[in-house]
Amino acid sequence: MTGTVTERIQTEITENPVMLYMKGTAMFPQCGFSARVVQILTHMGVPFKTANVLEDPALREGIKQFSNWPTVPQLYVKGEFVGGCDIVTEMFQSGELATMLTEKGVPHEAAA
Amino acid sequence: MTSRADRIEALLRQHFTPAVLRVADDSHRHAGHAGARPGGQTHYSVLLVSDAFRGQARVARSRAVHALLDGEFAGGLHALALTLRTPEEHAALPESAA
Repeated sequence: MTGTVTERIQTEITENPVMLYMKGTAMFPQCGFSARVVQILTHMGVPFKTANVLEDPALREGIKQFSNWPTVPQLYVKGEFVGGCDIVTEMFQSGELATMLTEKGVPHEAAA
Repeated sequence: MTSRADRIEALLRQHFTPAVLRVADDSHRHAGHAGARPGGQTHYSVLLVSDAFRGQARVARSRAVHALLDGEFAGGLHALALTLRTPEEHAALPESAA
């Protein structure tokens, strides 16, 4: 992994409170797992930024090494790795995701 | 030749002595999608219930499984949906089983 990819990721997860590495874009996800995480964040009214790993082979490989996590999507909140689609889904369903966002001071809509 | 599902199941069974273990090959549902291969064997989902996860956070549980299946990821495993629970958690949440 080149230094530039590591630096790019470090900068993105530091500057963006909620940063999602995914396949495709929030508007046009190109993978069902990525789409599900976008759907959850959107549903919760969480402001987030995305990076499309399909546009950049170095990022696609680099994010796996950076996170020590072999698959995409990958969600970071306040610079901390939260997990992929399964973990985000489980945390959403159990209410832990809302709790964590509140604890970290990330705005989101209260659960219905 | 054993299937990837068989290998995944054998590795998980050996390492986690699971109370419940289900490995499903979902590759057919992803045919034609990026990461899919003509022969399939790319997309799997696993339900694994084990005492080994007690006291372990979600990311740590998944990393333990990923590490065990490192060779499969290197050999074309593309997506692995993981539901990893302790027996107590599983007893409380049976309906969302993978």
